[in-house]
Amino acid sequence: MKIDNSLPLEYSTEENSLKILGFWIFLGAEIMLFATLFATYFTLENRTGSGPTGAEIFQITPVLFETILLLTSSFTVGLGIHAMRIGNKKAMISFFSITLLLGLAFLGVEIFEFVTYVHEGASIQTSAFTAALLTTLGTHGAHVTLGFFWGLFIILQIKKRGLTPQTTNKAFIFSLYWHFLDVVWIFIFSFIYLKGMM
Amino acid sequence: MDFFDRFAVPHPSLAIYASMAAIGLTVIAVFAGLTYFKKWGYLWREWLTTVDHKRIGIMYLLSALLMLFRGGVDAIMMRAQLAVPENTLLDAQHYNEIFTTHGIVMILFMAMPFIMFFMNFVVPLQIGARDVAFPRLNALSFWLFFMGAMLFNISFVVGGSPDAGWTSYFPLAGTEFSKSVGSNYYMIAIQIAGIGTLMTGINFITTILKMRAPGMTLMKMPMFTWSALIANVIIVFAFPVLAVLLAMGTLDRQIGTHFFTMDNGGMDMLWANIFWVWGHPEVYILILPAFGIYSEVISTFARRNLYGYKSMVGSMVLISLLSFFVWLHHFFTMGQGALTNSIFSITTMAIAVPTGVKIFNWLLTLRKGKIVFTTPMLYSMLFIPLFTLGGVTGVMLGMSAADYQYHNTMFLVAHFHNVIIPGVVYAMLAGLHYYWPKMFGFMLNEKIGKWTAWLLSIGFVLAFMPMYISGLDGQARRMYTYSEAAGFGAMNMISFVGAAIMAIGFVLIVYNIYYSTRYETRDISNDPWDARTLEWSTHTPVPEYNFAILPEVRSNEALWDAKKNGHVLFKGEYEKIHMPNNSGIPFIMSCIFFVWGFSFIFSLWIPVILTTIGIFICMALRSFEQDHGRYISVKEIEETETNLRGA
Repeated sequence: MKIDNSLPLEYSTEENSLKILGFWIFLGAEIMLFATLFATYFTLENRTGSGPTGAEIFQITPVLFETILLLTSSFTVGLGIHAMRIGNKKAMISFFSITLLLGLAFLGVEIFEFVTYVHEGASIQTSAFTAALLTTLGTHGAHVTLGFFWGLFIILQIKKRGLTPQTTNKAFIFSLYWHFLDVVWIFIFSFIYLKGMM
Repeated sequence: MDFFDRFAVPHPSLAIYASMAAIGLTVIAVFAGLTYFKKWGYLWREWLTTVDHKRIGIMYLLSALLMLFRGGVDAIMMRAQLAVPENTLLDAQHYNEIFTTHGIVMILFMAMPFIMFFMNFVVPLQIGARDVAFPRLNALSFWLFFMGAMLFNISFVVGGSPDAGWTSYFPLAGTEFSKSVGSNYYMIAIQIAGIGTLMTGINFITTILKMRAPGMTLMKMPMFTWSALIANVIIVFAFPVLAVLLAMGTLDRQIGTHFFTMDNGGMDMLWANIFWVWGHPEVYILILPAFGIYSEVISTFARRNLYGYKSMVGSMVLISLLSFFVWLHHFFTMGQGALTNSIFSITTMAIAVPTGVKIFNWLLTLRKGKIVFTTPMLYSMLFIPLFTLGGVTGVMLGMSAADYQYHNTMFLVAHFHNVIIPGVVYAMLAGLHYYWPKMFGFMLNEKIGKWTAWLLSIGFVLAFMPMYISGLDGQARRMYTYSEAAGFGAMNMISFVGAAIMAIGFVLIVYNIYYSTRYETRDISNDPWDARTLEWSTHTPVPEYNFAILPEVRSNEALWDAKKNGHVLFKGEYEKIHMPNNSGIPFIMSCIFFVWGFSFIFSLWIPVILTTIGIFICMALRSFEQDHGRYISVKEIEETETNLRGA
């Protein structure tokens, strides 16, 4: 395999740069996926049937916690990639671990939030509004869950195999994914929660 | 026994029991044959685990042909039922199931894999690459598609077929009106196949953008590659929409949510809207590669370069953009305001402009050409007038005020078959004849091929032109019978005769394959059609690595340049070639997906959980696996090249 040393490790082989481009295209598809969910949500937002409205169930505290946790994790994964670029394996693993822990905490708060909704009579079966809300949030949450395991496997591989063109490529792609989830969350925070509370 | 009751077909008939027996016997025969001839190892090593784009392409082709006959049988049954008034061949329920599965099978499990076959087989060869960007993902795409198709097809004998139309509009497709698991099959089988298609889209965009031969800039790509690129961009933007839609449909049917229900705030029209946001671009995913094939065929057999290359590319880009802004024309009559209808009416009619540009480009390519009437060319020449007719009736349907007359009548059915059969199916058949020698090393018989083309066209005209008339007379689509007083009898009888002639045409294709396999000469050159692009510059059969030396390209007709202008395609020495290893994971993972889908359809939650874990284990194994591929040595390349040169 030809390695081009003038490029960062994660771009250094042809296969690596193909994978990064391919993943960007995949993120394009993910944008369409979430766009469809958002479009559905905006369509069904006020169709609450006999169930509660957004303003009745949204609470700012857990949502703020989630936002802070996820935004911070996006920052730490960036630090992890920076550490990877300067070849500091130990720092990179630490930052990636912090990222995943923050992701896990985010999921914890989100599950707590879902349980609260159900207790307040807003389950996924209640109305068109709750179905769209919980499907959109749930899809994002499922992405974070998948990302958690993916990130975990990458940490294990870097621990075992060190910073090679392959492992750095995987870590870099993972970071793209993680940042993307953060972007989606910003939309969820602004256009579902803040808009719904107004 | 309660547990097994759910797998029974809700309204069995002789046809269903016969199909059960036929499926069972075929499966036993295939297994017995493989065991008797000791081919299990061969099948596993050479096909089930392959990551070679050419073999994956051929598997797509086989699936497409298989599904063509499944969908064709549905079609002939429908025409037979409608041939005479008040016919009792099929009851209403069976008729509903058959028009539903006919639509889905033909669009998603016949036309799509046919397109995928061409993209897989042709695109890497045409751009001078050794494989696609992600060979293993490509295998996974195929196997997911295949398992989705198989899952959909067993619905006929296990649990009942979907019966709410290929569009599966809610509330009809909801649990209230579609109680059987049929619509669950729809949601899950298409979901699985759709994931495969989405991955193909990502794979081919990356391949085309990054792996072209030296010198091949974007504007020097052959036209089929351009059409494949644009179709894949549409796939990446349209298929996630379908994934979300089907997921919501599944939730509504199996979890009890209220996206599309009539109560608790649900909105049935949301399904129709999102469906067509995917559905309309989908038809351009099918037609653009078909246009690409016509461009190749027409320029090859007119012995001229393609007229208006840039306008061809531009019009395809324009069509791909417009395709996302016309979805509402599928339901002009369903309660939007006049302004909304007008806007979508205009965008719809605007698509006729770039399409017309393409038609004129093909005609001008023919002008002053030295036309050779081979079978692929014959299909292309039949395509132009017939497709134009379909395009014109499309503009008629696009006028929202007039659409109130045409909506949901046989006029519409005639229109979309009029664009899809001469448009897509003819292109597939033209391409099949055109690329057959490159795949298998012999040509398909020209005489039988031309007979087939004429029979299909005569059958097509007889089958679908009467529908325009009976549609304008008020015959509604999807009606399982009609009274004698309605006066549709004669038209429908003509349609049935046409459909029977088409059926003979399709059987002739199979006969042609059989005949040519036995009798056609194997002594053909690498370039039997005197073609213009790179896929014809390598050996037949194509070696595993496609090109021993990567070609260098100067124009969009690299081979023509080499033949006529003395351009040297292959410069330099052999170097060892890096190739990916075969892998069983895509196949195994797709099998697990099949079980997952089946369990989900019947709401068997424990197997669903277990198979979900299985799918993630496959992904984890892939993550931890270290596979750097293998190298083909210079010595091996020299040996292969000498053999293939037939010295």
